[in-house]
Amino acid sequence: MSENVLRLENITMQFGGVVAINDLSLEVNKGEIVSLIGPNGAGKTTVFNVITGVYEATNGAVYYEDKMILSNHPQGKMKKMYAGTNADKFPDVIVKTPDRITSLGIARTFQNIRLFKSMTVFENVLTAKHMLKTSNVFSTALRLNYKEEENARNETMQLLERLGLDDVKEELATSLPYGKQRYLEIARALATKPKLLLLDEPAAGMNPQETMALTSFIKSIRDEFDLTVFIIEHHMNLVMDISDRIYVIDFGKLISHGVPEEVQNDEAVIKAYLGVSEEDE
Amino acid sequence: MKKSRKDMVFNLSLVALIFIAVIIVENIPGVNPMLSTVLKKGSIYALVAVSMNLLNGFTGLFSLGQAGFMLLGAYTYAVITIPDSAREKVYMYVKEGSAVSRSWFDNIANGLHLPEGVSNIAIMIIGMLAGGLIAAFFSWLIGLPVLKLKSDYLAIATLGFAEIIRAIFQWDKLGPVTNGSNVLRNFPTFKTAVFPLTVSAICILFIVLLINSTYGRAFKAIRDDEIAAEAMGINLAHHKRLAFVISSFFAGIGGALLAMFQNTLQATPFKSAMTYEILLIVVIGGIGSVSGSIIASFLYISASEWWLRGLDSGKFLFIESPAVLRGGFRMVVFSVIIMIIVLFFRKGIMGERELSVTRFLNFFRKKDGKNEENS
Ligand SMILES: Nc1ncnc2c1ncn2[C@@H]1O[C@H](COP(=O)(O)OP(=O)(O)O)[C@@H](O)[C@H]1O
Ligand SMILES: [Mg+2]
Repeated sequence: MSENVLRLENITMQFGGVVAINDLSLEVNKGEIVSLIGPNGAGKTTVFNVITGVYEATNGAVYYEDKMILSNHPQGKMKKMYAGTNADKFPDVIVKTPDRITSLGIARTFQNIRLFKSMTVFENVLTAKHMLKTSNVFSTALRLNYKEEENARNETMQLLERLGLDDVKEELATSLPYGKQRYLEIARALATKPKLLLLDEPAAGMNPQETMALTSFIKSIRDEFDLTVFIIEHHMNLVMDISDRIYVIDFGKLISHGVPEEVQNDEAVIKAYLGVSEEDE
Repeated sequence: MKKSRKDMVFNLSLVALIFIAVIIVENIPGVNPMLSTVLKKGSIYALVAVSMNLLNGFTGLFSLGQAGFMLLGAYTYAVITIPDSAREKVYMYVKEGSAVSRSWFDNIANGLHLPEGVSNIAIMIIGMLAGGLIAAFFSWLIGLPVLKLKSDYLAIATLGFAEIIRAIFQWDKLGPVTNGSNVLRNFPTFKTAVFPLTVSAICILFIVLLINSTYGRAFKAIRDDEIAAEAMGINLAHHKRLAFVISSFFAGIGGALLAMFQNTLQATPFKSAMTYEILLIVVIGGIGSVSGSIIASFLYISASEWWLRGLDSGKFLFIESPAVLRGGFRMVVFSVIIMIIVLFFRKGIMGERELSVTRFLNFFRKKDGKNEENS
């Protein structure tokens, strides 16, 4: 048995009457690269938003390293509107803001890139080091934390060198080409020293060569930074190449899961993707 | 790193030069007294504008409570520091008399045999710090509910807070402390511009250091993208409140300085118009630029208090204007200038940039480089 890093139990996310995630359970084990795939609007990004505390799940629980970090059941108005199942299974209510989730060791990137636009490449990554500081506002303003600051700067520099962004470190983050911005988002996430990395369509907008480079890059940082990776992706080549296991959702419901070969030949997956032309990038 | 150090040295020597110039200018008899007014009021407004910029420009929280926090600072200062011997006269319209006394301080000062000059400065500093702390405390109290509001509502809520504070301070029932709507006076004040310039410089230096620290980066991250900031482990509620409290603290100090500058204190001038005035300075200087706020403060105060004064009496640039254009004409011209600036220089004087020698030098170096290429 391998160690669970992330486990979702019966997660349902309902926006008003819209059920975006429907009774989803999945797990990601230590050191794995696991993919979450599905047609557009299937609810993939919503899964990330639930895990990271951006949305409060309507029902279900999230475990990190076998500790329950989030839990909810339908409350108030939702009690009547709830269209899912397992409503009695989760009596606890545990809510965490995204910054708390990140400080537990879960970092993410965004499908629609969200860099700090007034900052340089270097500052973007350095800013992500803020949560690791131990000094208070007075000692930082009076520069009593200079050792910590210097450390953070050195680590930031190392990260930029590792990701091949050191030559553009003084440039405005938003002036970088699209592909580099995606790497910068990964650098920024890594700066928080995560154990679990959530990547939301990191290859979106990349050509086949770039996608291939990204594939081997993700594998290499997994080993180098001792990461577990949970990734949402549309590029099937990347997904099939990189994944230890794959979860497939459609309309918020799990329709298939297994190793790449199993999923590739699954009747339900082929049906869900039929007529949906998003692999043609 | 090197670059910023060079700029730091440049800025510090600039500040030192200004100080020396001020001391010389103030000691030459016959110098235009308006210059002294501009230096005093300009430095106070610079501090308040920079503190507003910290919140509105660097953290992206559109708050309009500045005048309210200045009022808290000003009143705290005055109430604490009025000498007990003067209180009976100051509070003469209040039946109960003054409920506050500064005997605790005078006893300590006498016990330590402090010379009068020293004890005077000491009570001024204590009064200012208390003013800042009271303003900070109130912002901490209202911060939690108010900072959850989205931009427009935050502006309305803070504006409302400032107006309520002003009304409360004029309330009869609080007379023993605030003197109701009567004037507070006889509190210690400064004579030369060196005092407000020094206090402002120290406070602004602290704010600049803060902006360039890891907390400053967190503030800017929140301004740039709240969702990304939160995902990078920055607690939004905590950091917004921190920026709000620090900004209010310095607004409180600025209020205390303003009370000293005016010699007397009433709640009436601390209206929303005062907040707008400061907001205007921040916009003119450039939202997100500290040096912009400072430059704009001195320009604004110079224009409104000095350069355009002649318009009211009909004398301006050797032109004698007809009588219709006197009395209040200054404000008309002033408003037009402001409108032109806001319309045509949206980003203000400095934009988001800071005064920097390195950029200045690089500018010329680049030009030289181009010339060489051409020749
Ligand atoms: N904040 C929200 N409010 C209402 N509906 C939402 C919200 N976020 C996502 N949804 C809905 O959830 C569904 C899944 O969206 P999303 O997770 O972005 O899909 P994917 O990432 O798989 O393309 C969509 O139908 C979307 O409209
Ligand atoms: Mg998505």
